[in-house]
Amino acid sequence: MSTTTADTSVAGRGMDWRRLGRRHGWTVGLFLLLVAMVLYWRSSTVLPWGTFDVQSLSTDAMPLAFAAMGQAIVIISGGIDLSIGSLMSLVNVLAAKYMVTDLTSVTPRSFQHAIVVSILLIAFGFLAGALTGLIIHFTKVADIIVTLAMLFVWAGVALAVLEVPGGGAPTDFTTLVTTDTVLTGWLPKALVFLLGAYSVIWLTIRWRRPGLSLYAIGSNRPRAYLSGINVPLTRVMAYALSGTFAALGGLALTAASSIGDPHAGDIYTLNSVAAVVLGGVSLLGGVGGLIGPLMGAFVLTLIKTILAIKGVDQNWSQVIQGTIIVLVVMVGGLAIRQKGKSG
Amino acid sequence: MTAILEARDVAKRYGPVIALRSANLTVAPGEVHALLGANGAGKSTLVKALTGVIRADGGTVAVDGAQPKIGSPAQAARIGLAPVFQDPALLPDLTVAQNLRLTRTPRERVHERLRAMDLDLDFNERAGDVPLPMLRMLDLARALSRDPKLLLLDEITAALPSDLSERVFAVMRDQKELGRSVLFITHRLAEVIATCDRATVLRDGADVGTLVPQEGGEERIVEYMLGPEAARAEARAAETDEAEVKERTEGEPVVDVGGLAVGSRLVDVSFTLRAGEILGVAALEGQGQDDLFAALSGQRSPDRGSIAVHGTPMRARHPYDAIRAGLVLVPADRVQALLPQRSIAENIAAPRYNRVRRWGPINMRAEHRRVGKAVGDLQIDTRAARQVRRLSGGNQQKVTIARWLAQGFGALLCFDPTRGIDIGTKRQVYSLLRSLADDGAAILFFSSELTEFPLVCDRVITIFGGRVTGELPGAAADEASLLYAMHGLVSADEPAA
Repeated sequence: MSTTTADTSVAGRGMDWRRLGRRHGWTVGLFLLLVAMVLYWRSSTVLPWGTFDVQSLSTDAMPLAFAAMGQAIVIISGGIDLSIGSLMSLVNVLAAKYMVTDLTSVTPRSFQHAIVVSILLIAFGFLAGALTGLIIHFTKVADIIVTLAMLFVWAGVALAVLEVPGGGAPTDFTTLVTTDTVLTGWLPKALVFLLGAYSVIWLTIRWRRPGLSLYAIGSNRPRAYLSGINVPLTRVMAYALSGTFAALGGLALTAASSIGDPHAGDIYTLNSVAAVVLGGVSLLGGVGGLIGPLMGAFVLTLIKTILAIKGVDQNWSQVIQGTIIVLVVMVGGLAIRQKGKSG
Repeated sequence: MTAILEARDVAKRYGPVIALRSANLTVAPGEVHALLGANGAGKSTLVKALTGVIRADGGTVAVDGAQPKIGSPAQAARIGLAPVFQDPALLPDLTVAQNLRLTRTPRERVHERLRAMDLDLDFNERAGDVPLPMLRMLDLARALSRDPKLLLLDEITAALPSDLSERVFAVMRDQKELGRSVLFITHRLAEVIATCDRATVLRDGADVGTLVPQEGGEERIVEYMLGPEAARAEARAAETDEAEVKERTEGEPVVDVGGLAVGSRLVDVSFTLRAGEILGVAALEGQGQDDLFAALSGQRSPDRGSIAVHGTPMRARHPYDAIRAGLVLVPADRVQALLPQRSIAENIAAPRYNRVRRWGPINMRAEHRRVGKAVGDLQIDTRAARQVRRLSGGNQQKVTIARWLAQGFGALLCFDPTRGIDIGTKRQVYSLLRSLADDGAAILFFSSELTEFPLVCDRVITIFGGRVTGELPGAAADEASLLYAMHGLVSADEPAA
């Protein structure tokens, strides 16, 4: 007797290139765009190009990259987190305040102390995110409204902690991400931290039940429920992970600037959404990964750098950034749709 | 012998709408049990309550004599209740393998089950890319791999090709032989008679009886489903009077279609739609009927040919033009025509807001009167009046018709208006169309169900390959003659029109 499906190939028998293209095309395309932009960036300056450029780009992109990864997790799960930016600000000022002995003389404490503060703040980020998730679950108020409210809450707390920019961090701590490299000068520690966080936090769950649950509730919530998934717990987990990444982003801000600023994180809320969209994550949820948003953060940072080098007026540079985001997403969307038609 | 499942007085209400009043259901071991009822009778609600998808407001459920807590689908699965819904519970953005991992289902077992049904599937495919019938079979295989005591199949055979339906029936027989039970929900009564040992019928949220389907046949089941009065009324509706029909088909021409060509499918179609008649359009899938309705309702402009309304040519570039000319559409997909989040009143009034001359404030009192009359005329169930999406399919379709009634129209274009509506509401739609025609409306009626044509239409034209291939009087439009003409074969005994 004949089988009903035309496709009789059983799982794992050879590569299906078209499918690979459909699944990873966006990430590869974004990587090529990033490479092209790096080359263009280099060709537009006369200075010889060296390890310093890679390091400074990584350091610049690091806070946004963390924010983008956190945002991506929430968006994949079908929500959105508008509180990322102000949570980053809060962690930033808390770190800058408690890594020095007192705010008037700004004497940094020891490196070990800074590490303990960092670990506590990462735990704080996790709990703060979980709190947001719990509020969303119990109040049944839409994600966008609750996280908007939390944006105000964390921003207010940040101002209460440190009204004006101040504080500091030990030099050993700031050099962790600014000038230090691993093995070779081409591998900045900032990038190592990013990929490390990606591996430890994301890769450990991505292909297991917790990770699949995140995709499931973003894909179709009633069906996820019917599949026996604990939807409330998964949503809380998404926001807790987002809070964790926001804390890492806040620490990156402290390390990169060695100062605490209650408004430092403001721009990262919407920029993280932009990086996520550039990274090929569907705002409807259920689709995408974290590597795309990570690269999206680098692309956005690079656009700004290139426009600055070109001497474009800062106001116009924002207009150009916005245009580029729409163009990339449009071109990407068209390419994917055409593949879908032929496939 | 203890029943596998014994549900007592299960009740559930959603705000003002009572979905289940008091439902009782007993399924014995080794039994294939049918759960029947018209749309909105509460079948799906009962299955959802039994499998932990929703929490019932009252009543008890016993499984194997014990009364377990069924608070979630996962808990229901653990005690051996495995549902398969019309909408498969697979996440479209995950691959099949990931879906199975998510529900902790061993893939080998699912593979075995699929092979037993003579099916094969690439587990690395995204579930959203798997065709719906195959997805349902996969959902069934997944449910079976848990070796459930009771398999609950909620309209699994709807829109399933017959060869796959046969495999579902084979699975049901196998389960029965193993001493397992199956609860089977379907609209197809022939399937019930062929496969089920007993059937419980629900009406208005309560069980009205349990019967053996083989005894008494379809008529008895329908009588249970509709209630005795409705069944008698249905018999009356079938009577027709030839003289009346003749008079109806000689009314004044309302729409004149001449040599119409639209898109690649509709080549050359001409017909006249007269006041007071219901003109049927019968066609196989993809013969250009959708393009015809799109052109008439102003969604597409024709490539060639003419459409005249009351003798005036219509050049519609937007549905608004067609509506103004008096051609209004009742589509198969109700959601396409309605504003699902808004109230019945707003939905009925919406097309009126478009009148250019009526920019100023809306006269709410006049509006209210007009809407109220339309709702009353059509007997729309207004218990869920605040949001149209909460209405049943049949009531939604009545709202789409009511909005045009309130607005006034020349010709009603009904494109498969009874798709997915239960038999009782269908009858109401038929008689509604008939009374509209009696009041002088011209109605063009397309349906994918051939049995509707003799019940509804005064005349029927058939379209094949983009051309009109035949015309029959409504009473003579039985399935055989229609099928002949729909395939472009002119039947020998076709009576002169």
